[in-house]
Amino acid sequence: MTNQRYKPENEAQLQELLAWASQNAMTFDLSGQGSRRGLGRPVKADAVLDMTAFSGIRSYEAAELVLTAGAATPLSEITAALHEKNQQLSFDPPDLGPFFGQEAGQGTLGGLIACNLAGPRRLSAGAARDHTLGVSAVSGRGDLFKAGGKVVKNVTGFDLPKLMAGSYGTLAAMTEITVKVLPAAEKSRTVLVMGLDDAQAVKAMSVALQSEHEVSSAAHLPLAAARASTVSYLSEAGGAVTAIRIEGPGPSVVHRCAALRDLLGSFGPTEELHAHNSRTLWQEVRDITPFAGTSTPVWRLLLPPSKAAGTVAAIARSLDVQPLYDRGGGLVWLEVRSGTDAGMAEVRAAVSAAGGQAALIRAPDELRSRVAVFHPQPEPLARLSARVKEAFDPKGVLNPGRLCAEF
Amino acid sequence: MRMPEPDAAVIGRRPSIVEALRAICPEPGAVITDEKELRVYECDALMAYRQLPMIVVLPSTTEQVSRILRYCHENEVKVVPRGSGTSLSGGALPLADAVTIGMGKFNRILEIDYDDRCVVAQPGVTNLGITKAVEHKGFYYAPDPSSQIACSIGGNVAENSGGVHCLKYGLTTNNLLGIEMVLMNGDIIRLGGRHQDSDGYDLLGVVTGSEGLLGIVTEVTVRILRKPATARALLMGFPSNEAGGDCVAAIIAAGIIPGGLEMMDRPAIKAAEDFVHAGYPLDVEALLICELDGPEVEVDHLIERVSEIARNSGATSIRISNSEEERQTFWAGRKAAFPAVGRISPDYLCMDGTIPRRRLPEVLTRMTELSNQYGLRVANVFHAGDGNLHPLILFDANVPGELEKAEAFGADILTLCVEVGGVLTGEHGVGVEKRDLMGSMFTEDDMKQQQRLKCAFDPQHLLNPGKVFPTLHRCAELGKLHVSGGNIPFPNLPRF
Ligand SMILES: Cc1cc2nc3c(=O)[nH]c(=O)nc-3n(C[C@H](O)[C@H](O)[C@H](O)COP(=O)(O)OP(=O)(O)OC[C@H]3O[C@@H](n4cnc5c(N)ncnc54)[C@H](O)[C@@H]3O)c2cc1C
Repeated sequence: MTNQRYKPENEAQLQELLAWASQNAMTFDLSGQGSRRGLGRPVKADAVLDMTAFSGIRSYEAAELVLTAGAATPLSEITAALHEKNQQLSFDPPDLGPFFGQEAGQGTLGGLIACNLAGPRRLSAGAARDHTLGVSAVSGRGDLFKAGGKVVKNVTGFDLPKLMAGSYGTLAAMTEITVKVLPAAEKSRTVLVMGLDDAQAVKAMSVALQSEHEVSSAAHLPLAAARASTVSYLSEAGGAVTAIRIEGPGPSVVHRCAALRDLLGSFGPTEELHAHNSRTLWQEVRDITPFAGTSTPVWRLLLPPSKAAGTVAAIARSLDVQPLYDRGGGLVWLEVRSGTDAGMAEVRAAVSAAGGQAALIRAPDELRSRVAVFHPQPEPLARLSARVKEAFDPKGVLNPGRLCAEF
Repeated sequence: MRMPEPDAAVIGRRPSIVEALRAICPEPGAVITDEKELRVYECDALMAYRQLPMIVVLPSTTEQVSRILRYCHENEVKVVPRGSGTSLSGGALPLADAVTIGMGKFNRILEIDYDDRCVVAQPGVTNLGITKAVEHKGFYYAPDPSSQIACSIGGNVAENSGGVHCLKYGLTTNNLLGIEMVLMNGDIIRLGGRHQDSDGYDLLGVVTGSEGLLGIVTEVTVRILRKPATARALLMGFPSNEAGGDCVAAIIAAGIIPGGLEMMDRPAIKAAEDFVHAGYPLDVEALLICELDGPEVEVDHLIERVSEIARNSGATSIRISNSEEERQTFWAGRKAAFPAVGRISPDYLCMDGTIPRRRLPEVLTRMTELSNQYGLRVANVFHAGDGNLHPLILFDANVPGELEKAEAFGADILTLCVEVGGVLTGEHGVGVEKRDLMGSMFTEDDMKQQQRLKCAFDPQHLLNPGKVFPTLHRCAELGKLHVSGGNIPFPNLPRF
């Protein structure tokens, strides 16, 4: 690692810098505030590319549902502006600072999009990628390009904004981003079902999701996770808690919560969380707080929801694990407390068998540099991904090694 | 519109290509060479452009698609993928020296999974076919292009199609979980799955809407949703387009995202009313249809709020549907808008730009000026919630020069959309229709970067050439780097 740091002031300087780097075998660690450095594989680069100059909200048209901002704009600034107009980024951006042992409230828009992060509302409202409408960026070749647009509906040209989302800064350095914003719900409440085991909980969430009650989020906190909550209904439950979030206009939320409690009553006793408690719970699920404050390895499992409990049970037969279920089971955060390399062999085998993917979301640098942090791809797809990288950054200037060992 | 010069050498090799395709697809009728049968495939729904394909092949397995593409890759034969041929931008327009690969035989639903709330289907299944397969259980597939009885789900993926409900429920891309596709070199890959999001580059996102330029989709997994408990609609008339536009903005500013929010201008209202007698008011300049869906209490509550907003925006008539039948009647005129216009004009062109909604009044005024200038009528229907305009330009193809005039008018409208901060196409795709306008929205560098992506999938530009990009640069040329030697620039850049 180096502490050489370059801070281009505008797109022209950024272009020239990256063009030079691509010609002269120089590599950069691309960072906004560096708050998400714990995600992905550690980058070993010649210098740090400091993007903080590309900051500030350029335009925000609440009635058009779009906001354009410099990629390095602090997320807190964007959230505050949206809050004033009663709007939000509906994909529920998580704040993973505390999870990674850092401060809360950090992070830039670009970092959020580059990692395609999303919280529990991902289930019903889409991920960061679904809300990324347009980007301007400088590729690893040093070319400035824009793609997408600044309106909510657009199919002109390839959807490169989606490609930028989740590319972890390995294709291009984003300078400006246009995101879709949406009204914040008038009311938000949570129905709790108490005491279910993982398999029953996934069933209960599936029943809720198949109902007409428009569930916005669905999570299951087994005993340990529930106990770690700051919401007393959960921490004092003495067992697992399954949570279903309902959002919308006031009368509708009241009605749907009542209907859901009826529907789920056969699974176990139900409770209802209002306002503050409801908000706190979903923040905790969003920010993986049950696993914050330690440094044990954590996996992110993406699974067909119906396979979630079975997959975790299969892993638990050989490893000491603690799960936290989100997205009705479609996402499992799995803390692993035993095994070699964070139980990689066992975790990947079980998840692959279920048709899912496993990413090592938190682990020591040493381990993350040595293994495939993201789910390995089969040969033809891996080759294609390498060609896509080459199309943007043929010399591997940007974030070498962050996504995989090969580039 | 100029298409790439057909390659006489490839056309000369037609017999051997036919033979190779027959070896791959031996089923009777799978390889079409007869001129009369080829005619069926000569155009899509952009009927102004026609071209007889060199050969049509109708594979029925992924393995066959893979072998066809590998053969074409190795023998440098161009291919044009085709679903149901309802593209309005000429995406499926054949080429004289290309094989059209029709996906119609891929017409089976493979799996319905209510627990994971998804359907796995072959790409030739129609959009409506998916909803039909799950509606007895109260489910549906949300994106609903007006062509849904005919268009294929594979075509929807290729065009990232929308529909009247996409403001609330998203376009195809937001409802797609996974695909299987074949690359030009014959490689079969899977993107996504039955879960949301994937590790690695979001190739699923970039293939969606790629208009058949990146590969052939052979299987599709989409998420299905439970049908909302109820739906009701409001029909609201306004004395001006401004007032109608203000009402749309006010609804959204109030935090309401309706299931559907459609607007029609005076000529469109008149044509629709004359055709289906839906009871539309004829003394208004703009008509809004606002549909609210969800639990009954929510819908009733929002109906009240929207009525109030409409009154405050100066609505001169407000009707609220009180039965499912009445709701359908409100929609009948809007849904029949295209054929209604077809009745009052021998031909029409359907445009598809998106604008920032607040610019609507000025765009409509400019459009009226252009209409006078070209001497051609225009009727407007649009997805008002997301600013997606569908101006219908009325003309008569039998009058010499009118098609060209209509096209020039259409091009002016689309560049106007870009000028006011919008885009060339909201849901119909670039195809051949808007290909030569791409430069009004993108710089040469923007388009080159898109083409570099294309090179990663199809280095010889064999998949659907002549579509989307006005000029195709050779991949070798696109790969060249800028020359910049010497010392690192900006030694004076702040370093720490
Ligand atoms: C009356 C009418 C109304 C319409 N209304 C709407 C609307 O409301 N919203 C909307 O978005 N669109 C609308 N459309 C446009 C059109 O229906 C859509 O673009 C549709 O998705 C095209 O599907 P298709 O199967 O007909 O594809 P085709 O027209 O056959 O092909 C379209 C493109 O997709 C490619 N393609 C097709 N299948 C595959 C495959 N399996 N793999 C890779 N590429 C493939 C083709 O190469 C071509 O580029 C309408 C069209 C008509 C005629």
